[in-house]
Amino acid sequence: MLRVSSNPVVDTVVKLASTAVIMFAFVFVVMVPLYNVLCDALGINGKTNGEAYTSVQAGVDESRTVTIQFVATNNEGMPWDFGPSVTMMKVHPGASNDTVFHARNPLPQAMVAQAIPSVSPSRAAAYFHKTECFCFNQQPLDGDSSAEMPLQFIIDRDLPSDIHTITLSYTIFDVTDMVGGSIAAR
Amino acid sequence: MGDHHHGPAKGLSRWLFTTNHKDIGTMYLWFSFSMFILGGAFAMIIRAELFQPGMQLVEPAFFNQMTTLHGLVMVFGAIMPSFVGLANWMIPMMIGAPDMALPRMNNWSFWILPPAFLILAGTLFMEGGAPNFGWTFYAPLSTTYAPPSVTYFIFSIHVLGLSSIMGSINIIATVMNMRAPGMTYMKMPLFVWTWLITAFLLVAVMPVLAGAVTMMLMDIHFGTSFFSAAGGGDPVLFQHIFWFFGHPEVYIIILPAFGVVSQIIPTFARKPLFGYDSMVYATAAIAFLSFIVWAHHMYTVGMPVAGELFFMYATMLIAVPTGVKVFNWVTTMWRGAMTFETPMLFCMGFLVLFTIGGFTGLMLSIAPADFQYHDSYFVVAHFHYVMVAGAVFSMSAAVYYWLPKWCGRMYNETMGKTHFWISFIGFNITFFPQHFVGLAGMPRRIPDYALQFADFNMMSSIGAFIYGASQILFLYNVIATIVAGKPTSEAKTWEGAEGLEWTVATPAPYHTFETPPQVR
Amino acid sequence: MLLKANRLRELALGPVLMLLGLASAGAAAAGDKVNQVNMAPGATEIGQSIYDLHMLIFWICVIIGALVFGVMFYSIYYHRKSRGVTPSTFHESTKVEIAWTVVPFLILIGMAVPATSTLLEIYDFDDAEMDVLITGYQWKWKYEYLDENGENVSFFSNLRTPQGEIYNTADKGEHYLLEVDEPLVIPVDTKVRFLVTANDVIHSWWVPELAVKKDAIPGFINETWTRASTEGIYRGQCAELCGKDHGFMPVVVNVVSKDEYAGWLETKKAEAAEIRDLMAQTFTLDELMTRGKAVYERNCLACHGANGEGGVGTAIAGSAVAMGDVSGHLEIGINGVPGSAMQAFGGQINDVEMAAVITYQRNAFGNNMGDMVQPIDVYNHKKG
Repeated sequence: MLRVSSNPVVDTVVKLASTAVIMFAFVFVVMVPLYNVLCDALGINGKTNGEAYTSVQAGVDESRTVTIQFVATNNEGMPWDFGPSVTMMKVHPGASNDTVFHARNPLPQAMVAQAIPSVSPSRAAAYFHKTECFCFNQQPLDGDSSAEMPLQFIIDRDLPSDIHTITLSYTIFDVTDMVGGSIAAR
Repeated sequence: MGDHHHGPAKGLSRWLFTTNHKDIGTMYLWFSFSMFILGGAFAMIIRAELFQPGMQLVEPAFFNQMTTLHGLVMVFGAIMPSFVGLANWMIPMMIGAPDMALPRMNNWSFWILPPAFLILAGTLFMEGGAPNFGWTFYAPLSTTYAPPSVTYFIFSIHVLGLSSIMGSINIIATVMNMRAPGMTYMKMPLFVWTWLITAFLLVAVMPVLAGAVTMMLMDIHFGTSFFSAAGGGDPVLFQHIFWFFGHPEVYIIILPAFGVVSQIIPTFARKPLFGYDSMVYATAAIAFLSFIVWAHHMYTVGMPVAGELFFMYATMLIAVPTGVKVFNWVTTMWRGAMTFETPMLFCMGFLVLFTIGGFTGLMLSIAPADFQYHDSYFVVAHFHYVMVAGAVFSMSAAVYYWLPKWCGRMYNETMGKTHFWISFIGFNITFFPQHFVGLAGMPRRIPDYALQFADFNMMSSIGAFIYGASQILFLYNVIATIVAGKPTSEAKTWEGAEGLEWTVATPAPYHTFETPPQVR
Repeated sequence: MLLKANRLRELALGPVLMLLGLASAGAAAAGDKVNQVNMAPGATEIGQSIYDLHMLIFWICVIIGALVFGVMFYSIYYHRKSRGVTPSTFHESTKVEIAWTVVPFLILIGMAVPATSTLLEIYDFDDAEMDVLITGYQWKWKYEYLDENGENVSFFSNLRTPQGEIYNTADKGEHYLLEVDEPLVIPVDTKVRFLVTANDVIHSWWVPELAVKKDAIPGFINETWTRASTEGIYRGQCAELCGKDHGFMPVVVNVVSKDEYAGWLETKKAEAAEIRDLMAQTFTLDELMTRGKAVYERNCLACHGANGEGGVGTAIAGSAVAMGDVSGHLEIGINGVPGSAMQAFGGQINDVEMAAVITYQRNAFGNNMGDMVQPIDVYNHKKG
């Protein structure tokens, strides 16, 4: 076994102290990234991929219909009116679908929002591909104004056959304070 | 022997600058007892408020601070330091070493503890009050929604974590390098074995806790979003990291207790411990399993079903090595010649109550059933059966068992037995009814409850006051023994006792084993 | 009160009950919940499966416990030194040790089989007949019935127990702390899917008799479901520590017949329409005061006090806000005070309620401003 010192006590101490330091680093460099990878792969918490889907599906599966529900929640302290324009859609796997969410900032000042998606059942998350989504970026909105926020998605043809309904939920957070620079200069 | 050596220094500087393992052990033990009284006082406030439905004594916000501090002080202030103190006293004497391997670090690891807890307790007087998010401090309640004192809480967790890591490194270095000639690993007393494994667990997981609170600190003050969904983080990640530390942590608490019981039962059964080898392997197996079961604390967060199944099966497996231990202890008693002095009574109490706690643990491991048990008083009852009966009962047993060796005076046996019976009865009156209210649907950490739970809660409170009072008797008995107990100079206090610590003079001289003994 | 009068007698029975607890655990009365000692099978098939699993493992533990403690107490009695026994010296037996490693393992497999099948059943979320979105707030629940046509019905469910009962100035009612102003209503024999999320911190939605407990996590959505086979009112509580009033956010679920449910849903939709009509109306001061008092007691009283004297929140009686400019008052009511416990109520109560409660605050507690806020004013303020 590796010896770092001829004094056996010093050797033990150095090894153990290094272990402690490595375990501390382990939290940051292994646990956090690994958790995120597992979340993406297994859809833990119904997290969906934060990047646009670019692959092409092998045609539309007309034989199957999946119901998509849209749900919106405002996090605490978020005064926007925010919600889907349609609450339910019936779609075919493989087809590209479009919808919009509407948002209105009732306050006089400009704000920035971040929408966080979550899919239920969580194992469907990996099959819910967004080709375009307002959730990819922070959404600034001037005071007292509205916006239509587009969402474009494809349900994967490989979606497990026992899933008939998928719920896509967005929680909208006020991230104005988290944004560094000026937001007026949009 | 040892005459040419100086004895302890005089006055305060003896304690401030001591590097003697016995002095440091003593300080750890007194410190942990004072924390036990403080955490107990918080528990008394909790039980007094829960005596009847309705809010009588404290406000809900303060109640939450009490549950939080009770947990933190008991786990980190009372139980863990008490076993470190015991390790300091006993491990060198058990393996025939003159002192710990790193006496100077030993002094530091003790002396950074009191300031850490002073800060933690001091948060009670800060603006916004003490931490109020439970000892498990789940984000975002402990980050975005925390009182300002959370920063001090994080600092004190860092300090006590550092203390634990230093203490563990010391213990491992001592056990690995300071054993007397002939003291092979498989001849070490079980208390040394369980502590060795515990120390490895501590070195592995205390840094993880430090990582978790560092991330909290960064989220609160430096704009990161580890645990905040708004910035792409995840509150559930906190729970994974916390319990990756937290589950090994509960074994950190219980393994030294197993060690104590494995020393005491053979003494009073006058028969060698049954299955020494399997005890060692079972301890190692429990330590290993503790790393792969953490998410059983999180069955209701919405894990994928495969995850639930994995953690359920792994958790159920813990029952096997734990069962082996219980069977071994019972078999050690079988066809022995038993007497029932106070240490033995506490070990019997441990065995009965810990086994009950083990059964409820098995029930809790079953994921679908846990959907009903989770976060209810059933869980509160379960972990007090394993923590109090496991750690506090075995610690009491240890104190009565080794006190004559430490101070050369015999404790009052009648008072010791009275202490046992009052705590045993008080403990059961407190915690047994909590199984009932939990199964009937009472959530934990609530300051007030529905009327259907009133009677059992009143019972529970009465039991808690009885159990609390019994600890005053304990304190009195210990002080009375040190001050005016019947002097004893027999090297072997107990007829059936085995081990190197019983070969030195009583009371144990300030320096022992300066010439290593030869172990056959 | 009857409950109180019986307390002492029941308390005397306590220790007896405790001893009987283990033995009678299998036969817990379903109706009377006072001093209930065991899990209830509840009103769902899943609840029954969980209960059966719970009892199976309980009895296995009882049997193992009886064996272990039996041997131990036999030994304690017969192998005492005072009986003059000489201790034996045996200290290992590979055969025995292998046996008590393998046998428990086999027993565990026996437990894992039914546990797995129950778990898979619980995880079968699909094909629900209706969906309800449950959102946890500090410290109340919001229920939203998802509707295909976008006509979602949604409302908040607050603790109804008055402060007087909690602070012991009034007798406690039968459902103390387990009563809400508006329960969740669901039809019997219907698979209802719950989507669970939270607005601020983590909560956990728990109804023991429906065998449902799911964490509500801000930013993420969880799902669970139930199919109640018996009509009735089922009560539960938030199970995850969520701050100061964690103990004061009960869950009440009213399971009704399918017809009754359909009727109820229609009423809720009609009410929503009515609110829309009311929005266009102009109210008299008296009407607003009556409505406003009710809204105040439900939403404001806990923090601002029964007489507007303040508490967690600031005093309303004589306050600069309530006696100042109307739009400033509306602004706080609608959008809250960021960074404080004062929430944005604009999304929680409707415009009629907002108008009423603002009017009430300006004219009650000796404020006597004499002015009024109409729903249309609230609407305009929200619009900017």
